[in-house]
Amino acid sequence: MTRGRLGKDLLGLEHLEADDIRLILDTAEPFKEISERAIKKVPVLRGKTIVNLFFEPSTRTRISFEFAEKRLSADTVNVATTGSSVVKGETLVDTARNLEAMRIDMVVMRHGASGAAKFLADRIESNVVNAGDGKHEHPTQGLLDLLTIRDRRPIAGTKVCIVGDVLHSRVARSNIWGLLKLGAEVAVCGPQTLLPLGIEQLGVTVFRRVEEAIEWADVLNVLRLQLERMQAGYVPSTREYYRVFGVTLERLEKAPRDLLILHPGPMNRGVEIDSRVADGPHSVILNQVTNGVAVRMAVLYLLAGGKPELAETAKGAPER
Amino acid sequence: MKAILIKGGRLIDPSRNFDGLADVLLEDGKVAKVGPKLAAADAELLDASGCVVAPGFVDLHVHLREPGREDVETIATGARAAAAGGFTSVCAMPNTDPVTDNQAAVGFIVSQARRAASARVYPIGAVSLGQRGEQLAEFGELVGAGAVAVSDDGRPVATAHLMRTALEYALTFGIPVIDHCEDVSLSAGGAMHEGLVATRLGLKGIPRSAEDVIVARDLQLAELTGGHVHLAHCSTAGAVAMVRTAKSRGVRVTAEVTPHHFALTDAACAGYDTHAKMNPPLREAADVAALRDGLADGTIDCIATDHAPHHYDAKEQEFDNAPFGVVGLETALGVAVTELVEGGVLDLPALVHRLATRPAEIAHLPAGTLAKGAAGDVVVFDPAAAWTVDPARFFSKSRNTPFAGRKLKGVVRWTVVGGAVVHRAGDAPAASAGR
Repeated sequence: MTRGRLGKDLLGLEHLEADDIRLILDTAEPFKEISERAIKKVPVLRGKTIVNLFFEPSTRTRISFEFAEKRLSADTVNVATTGSSVVKGETLVDTARNLEAMRIDMVVMRHGASGAAKFLADRIESNVVNAGDGKHEHPTQGLLDLLTIRDRRPIAGTKVCIVGDVLHSRVARSNIWGLLKLGAEVAVCGPQTLLPLGIEQLGVTVFRRVEEAIEWADVLNVLRLQLERMQAGYVPSTREYYRVFGVTLERLEKAPRDLLILHPGPMNRGVEIDSRVADGPHSVILNQVTNGVAVRMAVLYLLAGGKPELAETAKGAPER
Repeated sequence: MKAILIKGGRLIDPSRNFDGLADVLLEDGKVAKVGPKLAAADAELLDASGCVVAPGFVDLHVHLREPGREDVETIATGARAAAAGGFTSVCAMPNTDPVTDNQAAVGFIVSQARRAASARVYPIGAVSLGQRGEQLAEFGELVGAGAVAVSDDGRPVATAHLMRTALEYALTFGIPVIDHCEDVSLSAGGAMHEGLVATRLGLKGIPRSAEDVIVARDLQLAELTGGHVHLAHCSTAGAVAMVRTAKSRGVRVTAEVTPHHFALTDAACAGYDTHAKMNPPLREAADVAALRDGLADGTIDCIATDHAPHHYDAKEQEFDNAPFGVVGLETALGVAVTELVEGGVLDLPALVHRLATRPAEIAHLPAGTLAKGAAGDVVVFDPAAAWTVDPARFFSKSRNTPFAGRKLKGVVRWTVVGGAVVHRAGDAPAASAGR
């Protein structure tokens, strides 16, 4: 285990200082360039072993972490729940201890239970990176969203509205903490059935109508509407959701020209977002994906004890 | 049986409104004499100076897990834990495996309790067969075998119709129907109180209304039927307010609160501590204040522990996956003295009333009094002595307490059941009993 500037683990943004968040974003800047090279690899984490432990299906986040790890020259192992001993009834703590007995350095974990990342981090010596725990936090997604906004405008003073299923969203929580700490104004918008109780007490404005949110915001972060929500009675139908809360081209007509549209993916086109918006000039959705790799490289580098001021040199000279 | 003379203590007997220095002589398992400066040559002497001498505590709500989960508690270990906590009578909820829904199951608990020879254990029968919420259990046979109340605890009495018929049918036998008030359609999937802490932790909340709508239902039905409803583990300010107004219009309702609900808030769940996961969940400061007010003015009749042992492994899990419930028998007095007496909510006589006399009245138990001729069930405790909760020293088989490491006031010196000492301060559980 190593202990860098961020401490042992990255479990969420709620308990990070604003300076730590800036540090990660600043450290990500030099790492962006590595992914643009012909040979996308630097020896920063050579000899480190990282386990990607995914208890929930994930494509984007898992691949993004894997690229980040490989581009930093770490040795990686992917464990998905199907085909692992987890399906045989092994507990989380036993799974973790067995992995650790194989002398690993870091665990990147996605898990369906809120608090699972902390549970693991409290029980093993290795660094733990939370790749999404239940409805709690998804800190690297929050960070890549921050980086994507910061690429285009200063975060302080920017008005960001998170639209959709905030109640069940770890992305929303990480965004709210990160944005508030960096001085943004934050709002949420969605049907009241999908907004968590007491959200206003965090310093977040609530919009009941998406038109009002669009008129107010500089940035919209549009959340995915899980299809299970209809069965559970939170919203009547995807059709109605699109009609009332969908971020459509027509609704954006009143928006300022530089409004940014983010989406953590995967998108339900025609449910929470209009394809013409997702693929249109406001969208920075693919920039988020690109930034995801750089942010995750920065997190892994810092947790491994890398010195932020050396990030530029650590990545070495561009290969020619 | 050797007589016991408890000398020099402050006797508090709410059944006779007595609070003063008095000695108690127990002979043949009963209270033989109460008065100043008693002497008895052959009696075992318990020096109670500086201590409170009170009727043994009565807990209307424990889960002793036998039959079915003897790995986490048995009637013997649960009764011993009760004795360690100053309880001389406990009422065992029927959600065992199999469910206590017939006279044979009730008889099994009675016989196991007799063998345990510790605190008395009174079975509570199920309201419905298998606690399935469909067909009434045979209350007459349950009571005949020794049941003192009925409950589907662990879940609510499933429908308003079933609750109505249970209240009506119970009138014949003079027993309370104890309800666990939870609208499961509102609480489904919830892991803690619905509020800001749950929002921060990303845990699904259980709203106050999950309790309040069933409390409202039960009060209406108690009023309709004239039956006696006892509300288990009240957790919300709304429940306290509804019970208060119902009592004022004469509804036959009684109510209990657990130590954890009057001592802790949902803030204890921060950090995903599964020892703060219970059902109903820990609520907010306003609820705690209302529960304390309710205890103070008698709206909440009594304190009950909802002692719910769970295996170490079961709590050593992700918060969502861990079971609800905490043990409480061995910390109840300490938490109550520290939070309620030191906190200025109840004086010691009122505390003894809520822990002994009132719960005995609710379930019509021969307990809660030290009048001459009453059962020799006595607790002697030092309200000023401090101790630190160390779960490794529990007599319960389980250690799942939210109070580990807490400094508390109030130490049980002796617990006496039927004129025999069943617990002395300093007794330690046998090494094999614990894990």
